[in-house]
Amino acid sequence: MSNLHELQGRRGRIITDKDAREISRVEELSYDLKISEVMTRNVKTVSPDMPMNAVLEILRVNRISGVPVLEHGDLVGILSIEDLVRCMEKNELHFPVSAYMSRNIVSVNAYDSVVKAIETFSTQRKGRLPVVDEAGKLVGIITKGDITRGVLNALQRDYHEEELRRYRASHLFEDITSDRTSLILRYNIKPRDYLNGGQASSHIKRALLRLGANPQLARQCGIAIYEAEMNLIIHTTHGGIIRVQIEPHRILMQTTDDGPGIEDVQKALTPGWSTASQEVRDMGFGAGMGLVNIQRCVDRMELESAPGKGTRLTMEIILRPEERFKETEENGTVA
Amino acid sequence: MNVQQLVEIVQGQVLNPQVSLRHELKGGCGADLMSDVLASVKPDAVLLTGLCNIQVVRTAQMADVRAIVFVRGKKPTAETIALATQEGIPLISSPFGMFELCGRLYQAGLHSLEEPVSS
Repeated sequence: MSNLHELQGRRGRIITDKDAREISRVEELSYDLKISEVMTRNVKTVSPDMPMNAVLEILRVNRISGVPVLEHGDLVGILSIEDLVRCMEKNELHFPVSAYMSRNIVSVNAYDSVVKAIETFSTQRKGRLPVVDEAGKLVGIITKGDITRGVLNALQRDYHEEELRRYRASHLFEDITSDRTSLILRYNIKPRDYLNGGQASSHIKRALLRLGANPQLARQCGIAIYEAEMNLIIHTTHGGIIRVQIEPHRILMQTTDDGPGIEDVQKALTPGWSTASQEVRDMGFGAGMGLVNIQRCVDRMELESAPGKGTRLTMEIILRPEERFKETEENGTVA
Repeated sequence: MNVQQLVEIVQGQVLNPQVSLRHELKGGCGADLMSDVLASVKPDAVLLTGLCNIQVVRTAQMADVRAIVFVRGKKPTAETIALATQEGIPLISSPFGMFELCGRLYQAGLHSLEEPVSS
């Protein structure tokens, strides 16, 4: 399988596109990850009047190579193992921390990206950087080891979550053989549930991306189904259903409810025509542009409705050859 | 321009600082009507709006909007911030009004990503 090829490629030191993507992902992560996510919390600290031999003990017991110095909660210095060595050479272990600590403090902000810490490490000769919050209070400490560990963890997390999901889902149509395979997603929509409005659409868009849809296609479907979902929430009497049927060559989306129905379907399709309440308009919807928007996003839209019976909105997108979901060659060719 | 640079230009406060501000913005749009955003905005825009509800974040997510700036110091609800954080969309509150914000960003080189409505 393709995995084997990749392994051989790597042994042969050929950098594949996949490798290149992973390299840039590490760079990306150094921007995405915040210092607060990778730093060490619960930092050991010392006070300026503490004798150096007590610090020696703290470093030894905790197996660390430096500590921030706090006075009344404020960061006033850093004491590293090098300072301790200087002190031992002079045989002054009974001296206070204040005599040996470095007062030149270079700190980083907890909300900064990890890349900021990397930059600071490369310009300053420091083994560790104290991390402060917006008020300047010490909240952690960061070393190069913390960064490596943080990035590796994030890479693994990333890979295991989204990449793996995408990898699995994108092979769905390839892994299953049938004369005509389709995936159906259903969502129950409650009336006037504005707080969750768009949640189903968000799941649908994500599902399409995981299945391997290109971003433009996922966006088009997302916009159409979101407008339709909001229409359903705004107008339905008892609630309704969103049904999305995904096939390798097309996407069919439908919203259905059992009331109240539309008096004049032709009128409802007129741009700017709306029966929405002020409440709905205050949310940024109900300007009578929803159906017009949907029409622009799909290849076919059909609105069927009868007053007192219900409404069904059908939206169909026919995928262009390059947009189609990959399926196994054994599958029956669809008409 | 990336989101971080935009925050400085609009003198904004990032309401969900856990989210990455690295995204490159290709342009901007200003609207309070979410259907307008859905209809006319190209991907990778910043949205300037006076609307503070959760639908702003959903709209941004559908339209591939990369950041949202609330005008005149407005702050969205806690649910809105929580959803934006989950979806990785930075929310920024700026003291300036819509007109001032458009002007500042346009002057800084950020152009419109709004398309005229055509059938």
